[in-house]
Amino acid sequence: MAKRIDVSGLSAYYGSHKAIDDISMTVEPGSVTAFIGPSGCGKSTFLRTLNRMHEVTPGGRVEGKVMLDDENLYGSGVDPVTVRRTVGMVFQRPNPFPTMSIYDNVAAGLRLNGIRRKGELDTIVEKSLKGANLWNEVKDRLNKPGSGLSGGQQQRLCIARAIAVEPEVLLMDEPCSALDPISTLAIEDLIGELKERFTIVIVTHNMQQAARVSERTAFFNLAAVGQPGKLIEIDDTERIFANPSVQATEDYISGRFG
Amino acid sequence: MTTTAPPPTAPPPHKAKTVTRPGDRIFSGLSRGSGIFVLVIMGAIALFLTIRAVSAISKDHANFFTTFEWNAALTPPQFGIAVLAYGTIVSAVIAMAIAVPIAVGIALFITHYAPRRLGDVIAYVIDLLAAVPSIIYGLWGALFLVPHLQGLNLWLNHYLGWTVIFHKSDPNSTPRSLFTVGILLAIMILPIITNVSREVIRQVPKMHEEAALALGATRWEVIRMSVLPFARSGIISASMLGLGRALGETMAVATVLSADSTLSAHLLDPGGGTFSQNIVAKFGEATNFGRDALIASGLVLFVITLLVNGAARLIIARRKEYSGANA
Repeated sequence: MAKRIDVSGLSAYYGSHKAIDDISMTVEPGSVTAFIGPSGCGKSTFLRTLNRMHEVTPGGRVEGKVMLDDENLYGSGVDPVTVRRTVGMVFQRPNPFPTMSIYDNVAAGLRLNGIRRKGELDTIVEKSLKGANLWNEVKDRLNKPGSGLSGGQQQRLCIARAIAVEPEVLLMDEPCSALDPISTLAIEDLIGELKERFTIVIVTHNMQQAARVSERTAFFNLAAVGQPGKLIEIDDTERIFANPSVQATEDYISGRFG
Repeated sequence: MTTTAPPPTAPPPHKAKTVTRPGDRIFSGLSRGSGIFVLVIMGAIALFLTIRAVSAISKDHANFFTTFEWNAALTPPQFGIAVLAYGTIVSAVIAMAIAVPIAVGIALFITHYAPRRLGDVIAYVIDLLAAVPSIIYGLWGALFLVPHLQGLNLWLNHYLGWTVIFHKSDPNSTPRSLFTVGILLAIMILPIITNVSREVIRQVPKMHEEAALALGATRWEVIRMSVLPFARSGIISASMLGLGRALGETMAVATVLSADSTLSAHLLDPGGGTFSQNIVAKFGEATNFGRDALIASGLVLFVITLLVNGAARLIIARRKEYSGANA
């Protein structure tokens, strides 16, 4: 199920502005990789190149290669819609479809994939909500709107929606930044369970979170405002936090910028 | 140092005094006044219409609601609104059926498909369309649209004549019909529906569209899953604004329609009438009593408009839970 991501020479632009420059890295299947770095360093932009969401932004453009096992996501003739069905995404602010019930939110991706049989939908919706540790809280109100849930529940609903279509990779863009500590813990526990089935990439500003959930950590930085963001280093999380090989990483992690 | 214990009596109850500032008072007075003003105007119109209408209807010697003929000058007077109500509603329904899908389509094109500059140009042209006076629409309708619609009329009659509504009794008659009026009204209400829909669709938060995109939705699926449900109540409101204009439009209808007192299911046949068209056609030569009778028909139009708006509000309120306003 989970696949390896192999990025080489990837740059992304907003119009003529280069947002990230020449990034290469490998993300191992079935592991959690955390992206850390100061605001504006391009972590989220880079994350969005991994499911071709970057090009949705007006003026957004990408150069380079992203290999998902042996398929180049930016190869000619690759349909971004298909890519997004294999690489799921969870956003910073919980964004369940406000006009849909809890059930329909989880079923939304399945219906896009042409699954319409009630029995099949029921099974997958239940399995996905259980997978997102939300089933017990919502099983009695599946037909209520998803926007009526708490922020943490909404975010788990979004995770359930993303994993319902069984993607190979799950991208998470600061999934806990809008949540309280208890909801954050629930999501972190969930990430620990999900990594057995999916390759997970998570952007976070919370370094303790990176240390808690990830096996590998990538540090991004930018030379100055207006300069493109770069990948400074990627290594085992323990090593990054204990003994990084680049001084800038250590400065950032220990709170000494510059 | 000796200290005397403070007297154990509690301090006198402090009366909380709200500070009022002149700016707040003036503004609250102004806004309250504006709110009341609307109600007063509405009430005054309703009262005026009702008083004049009642005095006329009480002297009517025919059933006001079922009579086709409008002839308040007869002795005893006989007039009814059947034809007018039918014509008003039918022409407005035709207009809505044509205008709403096109308006939503244009709004989606401007916001989601067109390159920015082209979208801006189209939006500007639509704004211009809204600024054209209705009498100009009427003249254009009568002198251009009517002759050019004959072909479409014959085509509809030939292929869809069996549906009764598209049956044309006399193929040679000029299409100064409710159908033509409906098409003209559709063009006239297109700008308002398009503009309001466009604004509502622009308000759809990016994150809801991205939610659908990230699930692997195509552009159309994004629109279906995120944009339209979110914009739904706004589009209904926009349509109601358009419907209000279609129901009340006067000059354009009066210029195009060859009015008479026939009530026909054949929409392509000339004839029929609408409330406003009938009022403008008869008002000039009407006696005092005749004017009261016309005002009675105006009251019915007023009530229909209120009912339609009320129904729209109900539709919007029914799905409030899902409206996205609480997201």
